[in-house]
Amino acid sequence: ANFRTVDEDFFDDLEETLIGADVGYEMAVKISDELRDEVKLRNAKSQQEVAQTIVEKLVNIYEAEGVDEDNTINFATDGPTVILFVGVNGVGKTTTVGKLAHQYKEEGKKVVLAAADTFRAGAIEQLKVWGERADVPVVAGKAQSDPAAVVYDAVQKAKRDHDDVLLVDTAGRLQNKVNLMNELEKIKRVITREIPDAPQEVLLVLDSTTGQNALIQAKQFKETTDVTGIVLTKLDGTAKGGIVLAIRSELDVPVKLVGLGEQIDDLQPFDANAFVYGLFKDLIQPEDTAEKTD
Amino acid sequence: MAFEGLTERLQNAMSKLRRKGKISETDVREAMREIRLALLEADVNFGVVKDFVKTVRERAIGSEVLESLTPAQQIVKIVDEELTKVMGEEATALNKSPHIPTIIMMVGLQGAGKTTTAGKLAYRLKENDQARPLFIAADVYRPAAIEQLQVVAQQVGAPVFELGTDVDPREIVRQGLAQAVENKNDYVIIDTAGRLQIDEKLMQELADIKELAQPSEILLTVDAMTGQNAVNVAESFNQQLDITGVVLTKLDGDTRGGAALSIRAVTGKPIKFTGQGEKLTDLDVFHPDRMADRILGM
Ligand SMILES: Nc1nc2c(ncn2[C@@H]2O[C@H](COP(=O)(O)OP(=O)(O)OP(=O)(O)O)[C@@H](O)[C@H]2O)c(=O)[nH]1
Ligand SMILES: Nc1nc2c(ncn2[C@@H]2O[C@H](COP(=O)(O)OP(=O)(O)OP(=O)(O)O)[C@@H](O)[C@H]2O)c(=O)[nH]1
Ligand SMILES: [K+]
Ligand SMILES: [Mg+2]
Ligand SMILES: [Mg+2]
Repeated sequence: ANFRTVDEDFFDDLEETLIGADVGYEMAVKISDELRDEVKLRNAKSQQEVAQTIVEKLVNIYEAEGVDEDNTINFATDGPTVILFVGVNGVGKTTTVGKLAHQYKEEGKKVVLAAADTFRAGAIEQLKVWGERADVPVVAGKAQSDPAAVVYDAVQKAKRDHDDVLLVDTAGRLQNKVNLMNELEKIKRVITREIPDAPQEVLLVLDSTTGQNALIQAKQFKETTDVTGIVLTKLDGTAKGGIVLAIRSELDVPVKLVGLGEQIDDLQPFDANAFVYGLFKDLIQPEDTAEKTD
Repeated sequence: MAFEGLTERLQNAMSKLRRKGKISETDVREAMREIRLALLEADVNFGVVKDFVKTVRERAIGSEVLESLTPAQQIVKIVDEELTKVMGEEATALNKSPHIPTIIMMVGLQGAGKTTTAGKLAYRLKENDQARPLFIAADVYRPAAIEQLQVVAQQVGAPVFELGTDVDPREIVRQGLAQAVENKNDYVIIDTAGRLQIDEKLMQELADIKELAQPSEILLTVDAMTGQNAVNVAESFNQQLDITGVVLTKLDGDTRGGAALSIRAVTGKPIKFTGQGEKLTDLDVFHPDRMADRILGM
């Protein structure tokens, strides 16, 4: 749907495009209504002017709750920085740990990984492969052993060896599983008991193909582990991850990183402008060229 | 956060209207708005929602709803019936080849639950049919994918055919099938790597595997939490591979699972199983009526 004029049809299309990007119905309507006024106000006519207006508006909506908030990863001023990865099954936690380990290692940091998914078949081996790829050590226990014990060992190692960063991979768990959520809380408690300021970050990994359930995920994980940021994965696919708009405005949790593929370098800092542009770009470019201009 | 179910929604909308006495076509339109909203909140694709609401509206207007004393219930009933209809008849069984082995190919996006479901299916076949399945490890991309399958296979008590990660998946499948014939396995389950439907090279790989294996089942595995994008994924996988069925995973969560309706509507292919957890036993046959209720929040 390539538009020529900005008329009522355009705003209907915009609404549908945003719904199609998983922004959610209410949010999509709210955005289109506000944009209708804004475009009129600015008297925007050209495609470029309108696109610019939409980007600004969406970024505003995204940032409204968290202006001046820092999207970068928090580091400890002294001693190891601990980053805990949480999320539902199969979203990309382990892969993101591997990518980030590589990034920090390249920056010259001393990195260690904790294999605290002792549950899923092959999870420890998977993290070990990433450890090799990134050339960083992995603290692991036996399959089916207590994940909190693995985390305890890893924190001790990080303290002892003066590591800069400890990345903790955890098992995927659905937010409605009370026992598993309690286990996660316990893992976090173990970290804080050993290093009072840690974890410096609790990153909730969200799959961008997830629909409205992602908001419930964010709420539950935030309640249990006080999530400090989001990693939005699989944005290299055709899903747009629009639900993070609602997550940001309802829960004030910022997206910090985006996953753009399965390779070790496919991790980038979140760029609000690029992200919101992705939500509606299909509307202002013919579909086929939209794919190629990324 | 729980979304309001369709019943409450319609009751709220209708109670406002009912004070006026009789239900009119305008009131029906109001009800359709609520249905549309409920379905969108359940992640049903908006294109699918449009068509669906149109069908329901036609039935509602041409029916006893306008005269009814309980119009909300009447409309819910129509929605429920239509939804169940779209979602297909009762549980569809696995296709079986007239000659052994019956070949099942698992396909889908990354992290959807293919490998886990492969294990569950094999377990089910062993339990119910005393089957002797063989897994073929055709995911050479994901780190430790083979190790994962091996652990799962060990739990099931079934062998894995693997050639490591340096051999082309097509060649792995070719040799794996030869072994299955030799060992007289009655089922072969091919675990393929997760991939995006827009990845031409990897989609071609699946097409080639299909060509050489001639599977009785190509099961598209889809995460029940999938949002609007479910139609793109399902449509594209179906177009490129002519899938035979769908497995909807992670239904043990609290998602409404509207993706089920989207997928069914755009592919017309049956949802055969649902994943209800991470254990081998957590596989159910699909029940359209239960799924309809779930999507509607009833
Ligand atoms: N296309 C794409 N695939 C990704 C991305 N991130 C992860 N994946 C793939 O998604 C699948 C699941 O990733 P994992 O890292 O194992 O996910 P997880 O959250 O650790 O999964 P569990 O531990 O089982 O809960 C793998 O096939 C990854 O290669 C991404 O940004 N893009
Ligand atoms: N709660 C729940 N988790 C599931 C279900 N099915 C699979 N999982 C989990 O989802 C995650 C991904 O499952 P996999 O079987 O590795 O998915 P996959 O499609 O093979 O992933 P790739 O090979 O990386 O593309 C794992 O943590 C599984 O335990 C289910 O029905 N319910
Ligand atoms: K995308
Ligand atoms: Mg993992
Ligand atoms: Mg797999």
